[in-house]
Amino acid sequence: MQGGDYVCAAARRVVGAFVVPLIRLAGIERVFHLGDSTVHALDRLDIGIEAGEYVAIMGPSGSGKSTLLNLLGLLDRPDVGSYHLEGRDVTTLSPDEQAAVRSRRIGFVFQSFHLVPRLTAAENIALPMMLAGIPAAERTSRVAQALKDFGLDQRSDHRPDQLSGGQRQRVAIARATIMQPAVLLADEPTGNLDRATGDDVIHLLEVLNATGVTLIIVTHDQKLGARARRQLVMEDGRLKHDSARDGALPVA
Amino acid sequence: MRTADVLRFARDAAGGYPLRTGLSVLAMAIGVAAVVVLTALGDGARRYVVDQFSALGSNLVIVLPGRSATGGFSPANALTTTPRDLTVDDAFALTRLPSVRRVAPLAAGNSEINANGRLREVVVAGTAAPYVDIRSFKMAQGRFLPEADWNRGAPVAVIGSKIQEEIFGSQPAVGELIRLGDRRVRVIGVLKAVGQGLGMNTDEVVFVPVSLAQSMFNTNTLFRVLIEARSRDDIEAVKREVTAQLKARHGNEEDVTVITQDAVLATFDKLLRALTAAVAGIAAISLAVAGILVMNVMLVAVTQRTAEIGLLKALGARGATIRDAFMAEAAMLSLFGAFTGYGLGLFGAFVLRQMYPVFPAYPPDWAVIAALGTALGTGMLFGIMPARRAARLDPVQALMKH
Repeated sequence: MQGGDYVCAAARRVVGAFVVPLIRLAGIERVFHLGDSTVHALDRLDIGIEAGEYVAIMGPSGSGKSTLLNLLGLLDRPDVGSYHLEGRDVTTLSPDEQAAVRSRRIGFVFQSFHLVPRLTAAENIALPMMLAGIPAAERTSRVAQALKDFGLDQRSDHRPDQLSGGQRQRVAIARATIMQPAVLLADEPTGNLDRATGDDVIHLLEVLNATGVTLIIVTHDQKLGARARRQLVMEDGRLKHDSARDGALPVA
Repeated sequence: MRTADVLRFARDAAGGYPLRTGLSVLAMAIGVAAVVVLTALGDGARRYVVDQFSALGSNLVIVLPGRSATGGFSPANALTTTPRDLTVDDAFALTRLPSVRRVAPLAAGNSEINANGRLREVVVAGTAAPYVDIRSFKMAQGRFLPEADWNRGAPVAVIGSKIQEEIFGSQPAVGELIRLGDRRVRVIGVLKAVGQGLGMNTDEVVFVPVSLAQSMFNTNTLFRVLIEARSRDDIEAVKREVTAQLKARHGNEEDVTVITQDAVLATFDKLLRALTAAVAGIAAISLAVAGILVMNVMLVAVTQRTAEIGLLKALGARGATIRDAFMAEAAMLSLFGAFTGYGLGLFGAFVLRQMYPVFPAYPPDWAVIAALGTALGTGMLFGIMPARRAARLDPVQALMKH
């Protein structure tokens, strides 16, 4: 049965590849005005990402990788270009429609966790469902399942300040995936964690990716980036290297 | 987001910062409590005065000697200001008027009572039999002044309950001879305690026939004439008839003042209502201040929780959802503050009533509704701006604040 499932998933992915990519960026530009000077944070960017991919966005700070992630997460709009998510042009959506897309299709994992300090682990995980107006009973059962899946069942009533860094990021990941999004966007997810805990978190994200969730990680950590199946290297707002196009990264 | 979730989220957010929440609730509570207590005081004063006047008796018309100057000063007035005496005969003449039910003359002065080896100052009021009915007094013992010719009163007296207590104690007073100034009179009755009435404590008054009082104080004029109209509708008629009658008797000169209880009452009522409203208005300023404080608190909350707002947006919250959550929080602070203040205000009014039992310090309904309404209104109104600011925050910028 497991083999059959895998084949089905793979087939879906293949079909998806032929029909529409999950993410298609075309001619994206994002310009910031700082006083008199203008900064091209993103410059004529064309990227396609298929459903289920595991992508690392790398580059030095100021290269535009965070801006790209914000744009992918519909937190920011491009000045020029189009962004199609699951075949739908999302750049022209109203703010409320974009909020709905973020709610249903996108999950965020942040470097500094961004848990609400007054809410318990369980309440933090339930937050996206609460915002989406899902009834309390369903929230409770889904949170209970998530707590079990992420090994947090003993910590459900703990507030973030009573949790370790690794536990906090696990809560954040549980929260990011509770709405079963298509894409998981992670911005330096291990940046505030020690190496061992960071490895655990990355492993967890990779397991989620293996179940079909598209995983996009922003990192400046070469080793972490190398674990992804595809690397995008940014420099001065441009895509300097795409391993899917240019082959594997030369080891630095 | 569901309404119940918005409310719960707002409640938890407010509870997450107890000091800040506590202070704004306190400010709102003080504002509302101030309105409730001050209007209770103002309205209490109004009721007190109204009660005092009502205690005088019903359908009352009062005649005062002298013309109250309402036309301003003029030399003609100056020449004719010396009023004629308002005499007992004048008063008796009023008894025959059609709309008049009862008339009682009143002459008053201070004297000493000396009996049973004790001595004290008293107010001596000279009047006649109808007085007890006009004022609706009740007798504790004996009877009131007898029906008799007003110009030839017998040497008898009716004493107030406090006089009876202080002079006679537990001994019987009725039938005893007392010395009143330089007269010897016999006590024929004791009034039931009635308490304060128009600044004169009836319990400390000695009533004698009007002619006796006039000769004691060596005067011909009356202090007042109290008239009871046949009905409430006859009050105006009584006023007209009395004025005409006395004018005719006084050489066609209108030299008395006729006031009706209703007119005095209405004036005081209006005056004290205006005062209460003014006091409420002043107290309402503190409500506006409390509203501005709620706004400040909410602005601080938006700043403090900027990262959280960014997060909520990233998790799919719409601007309207965030606005609602902050509005709900502001409303909760105001609501909680308003009801706490209402409770405090009622307690304050209760303490006032305990301290001054004669003073009916109850806040009027309109003030309570206005205070609660203003508190909620200002809280919500001043909550709009911070809530909109929160809703408009740029999620990328907001998420970077940590």
